[in-house]
Amino acid sequence: MADSEKTLREVPIGDTVHVVRLAGVGAVRQRIMDMGLTKGASVTVRKVAPLGDPIEVTVRGFELSLRKDEAQNVIVA
Amino acid sequence: MGINIALAGNPNCGKTTLFNDLTGTNQYTGNWPGVTVEKKGGQYKRDKAVTITDLPGVYSLSPYSPEEVVTRDYLTSGAADVVIDIVDATNLERNLYLTTQIFDLDVPVVVALNMMDLVEKRGDAIDVSRLSQELGCPVVEISALRGTGIEELMDRACEIAAQGHIPFPEPCYAPYLEADEEDPESAIANARYDYIAAVCASCVKRAASGETTTQKIDRIVTNRVLGIPIFIVIMTLVYYISVSTVGTIATDWANDGLFGDGWLYTGTEQYEEAVGAWEEELVAAEDAGASETAIAAIEEAEPDPAEFGLWHPGIPVAVTEWLESVDCAPWMQSLIIDGILAGVGAVLGFVPQLIVLFLLLGLLEGCGYMARVAFIMDRIFRRFGLSGKSFIPMLIASGCGVPAVMATKTIENEKDRRMTVMTTTMIPCGAKLPIIALVFGALSGGLYEDTWWVAPVFYFLGLAAIIMSCIMLKKLRAFAGEAAPFIMELPQYHLPTAKNVLLSTWERVKAYLVKAGTIIFLSSMVIWFLLNFGIYDGAFGLLDTEIEGYIQYSLMAGLGNVLAWIFAPLGFGNWEGAVTSITGLVAKENVVATVGILTSLGDAGEGDAAMWLAFANMMGGTTVAIMAFCAFNLLCAPCFAAMGAIRNQMASAKWTWAAIGYMCGFAWCVALMIYQLGGLVTGEVAFNAWTVVALIVLALMFFQLFRPMPRYDADENARAQSKLDARGAKA
Repeated sequence: MADSEKTLREVPIGDTVHVVRLAGVGAVRQRIMDMGLTKGASVTVRKVAPLGDPIEVTVRGFELSLRKDEAQNVIVA
Repeated sequence: MGINIALAGNPNCGKTTLFNDLTGTNQYTGNWPGVTVEKKGGQYKRDKAVTITDLPGVYSLSPYSPEEVVTRDYLTSGAADVVIDIVDATNLERNLYLTTQIFDLDVPVVVALNMMDLVEKRGDAIDVSRLSQELGCPVVEISALRGTGIEELMDRACEIAAQGHIPFPEPCYAPYLEADEEDPESAIANARYDYIAAVCASCVKRAASGETTTQKIDRIVTNRVLGIPIFIVIMTLVYYISVSTVGTIATDWANDGLFGDGWLYTGTEQYEEAVGAWEEELVAAEDAGASETAIAAIEEAEPDPAEFGLWHPGIPVAVTEWLESVDCAPWMQSLIIDGILAGVGAVLGFVPQLIVLFLLLGLLEGCGYMARVAFIMDRIFRRFGLSGKSFIPMLIASGCGVPAVMATKTIENEKDRRMTVMTTTMIPCGAKLPIIALVFGALSGGLYEDTWWVAPVFYFLGLAAIIMSCIMLKKLRAFAGEAAPFIMELPQYHLPTAKNVLLSTWERVKAYLVKAGTIIFLSSMVIWFLLNFGIYDGAFGLLDTEIEGYIQYSLMAGLGNVLAWIFAPLGFGNWEGAVTSITGLVAKENVVATVGILTSLGDAGEGDAAMWLAFANMMGGTTVAIMAFCAFNLLCAPCFAAMGAIRNQMASAKWTWAAIGYMCGFAWCVALMIYQLGGLVTGEVAFNAWTVVALIVLALMFFQLFRPMPRYDADENARAQSKLDARGAKA
């Protein structure tokens, strides 16, 4: 992993990043891609749910909620 | 020749609304993803030769969920002459992703661009003719909500179906494929989105992007600090309105008026005074040992409400008068009044309360708040193996278990869905509240409605039972495995339409009404038969209800005796307790009524002190037996109607019986522990063999609750490995 790369889980609230690639396998990975988190997509982290998980991001103009475990599979820069 | 049109699109894109416009039917839609799961068919209302199929909303055709499989299979089967792909214009990029997948199936496509008014409101612009050119298929602007553009859409669809025009001879995203991608799946997904981004860049003009209204609302509603307090306030309001205030007023109106004696609009005070005086006179005469004729004369003189003001008789009163006027046989009168009307009436009496509850939940669903509830609650539910989506059925279950089980449809993951179906009815539904009132009255001598904390305590117990069940079930092989993903769209807030809220309320109330009309109708007849027929004086026949304690000769008492051993370790092993639990299994509404019949108090109701005393005596007077009875009846399998809904939802006899068996078994174990162990502590029950069983059950429950998650995957891998090794050794 290059220096500037991190997972979506680690992105602070309010920051906008770009997807580099997806880790993980199977249904979860496919679902993440289907929802528009593909290479180059711009993602803004909106907030964390009141109990600390899941997170809400804006991608391709809509609001998406995903768990931190799932966000960990999204490598961003 | 007829034309088949399929409607496809993302969840929540307005597909069902369009289907309703086209066919004139009334399906309800909710503003949260995944309301349609099965495909539905209908005829175009302007041309009956056109058949329209509404497919489940999907984000993609990659076959990972049942809806995706249904949609994909239908589209590839060649059954559709043309696909209308509904695209939410406010969410163009993600919606076009599915469009590109539909293009790959080589079927004629027309894109219906929905919600363009919202795009314009936002200050954005989409060049529709340019979009049509880029996509290589017709694009028609519509508003499913207002019903505009629909005729043009249908004309184009029929035209395209006749031509058989297929937009792309080769994958539209082909120019964007990159060879160096590590796997083909992500290469294709990337290429699709790159293609879409290029299309959008040429057709969409965006206004300066500020915060959208939805983002502004969510700043507060799902705020880190305010989110949970707001959620609690909203839920409290929903229950305060539907259960405590409006709902109770409406339900009392129905129970006391419609299915009771009737309504007295004026002069109520004078009437009540007169009735009080009459009752005193009657009691005094009985105490004084007056002759039967004298008492009968006083009974005759019961004050007639019609004399005191504007009065309208309730259904039972009117029906009794009518039956008497046509000289109906007494047993038939009894069947109709005491059996059917009493049974069905008890169920229908809850309808006003349910209407209020479902209206409010429909409003929350329609505006988009339910998806936020799932977002807020997910953390808690994931801890015991479910997702935030399981919370919505549980909310509905507090009204009625039947629509709650139906609401589990929107949970995509099969294991999660099954587990939610198995546990959701443990939340006390409206029909269980009278049981709680009765038990609480018997224990404390007060009415639960006056003691506000009792109902929440039972909801909490229901929730605790669900949590424990989920933790235990999750460790069984059938439910074990990775947590299902929770990658969910948070839809934009919008004002719910009146039509939609009313439709969703009607759908749910209808499920309840059907239950009243079928299951409860039949079961009240069966129960009436079991209670009123029996063997008296060596002859089988209709029992005379005037005989003191006639019920002990009934078939029901016989059945109770046969089954009483099951309940003996729970402290209510007499036939009365067994009979009450059996009728409760048919419908929880029956429990209080059965206690009324068994104790010869008739329709005294759960708020009557005499009923509390009689019930306590029936239970043998011990507190723990009453508690155990309550626990069993609240947690065991719900009514027949909910079992029917479970059967539909599970779509498997095996899973239905597993669910019913689990619920009854769990309820029995909990009741056993309450009676045996609780009784040991309070000194009401002596140490016996069942105490040991209860301790073992407790130990097993603790073991299952606290043991680490078994590694079934690892086991299977190891087994597969050893098989391979064995084969290797042979070779």
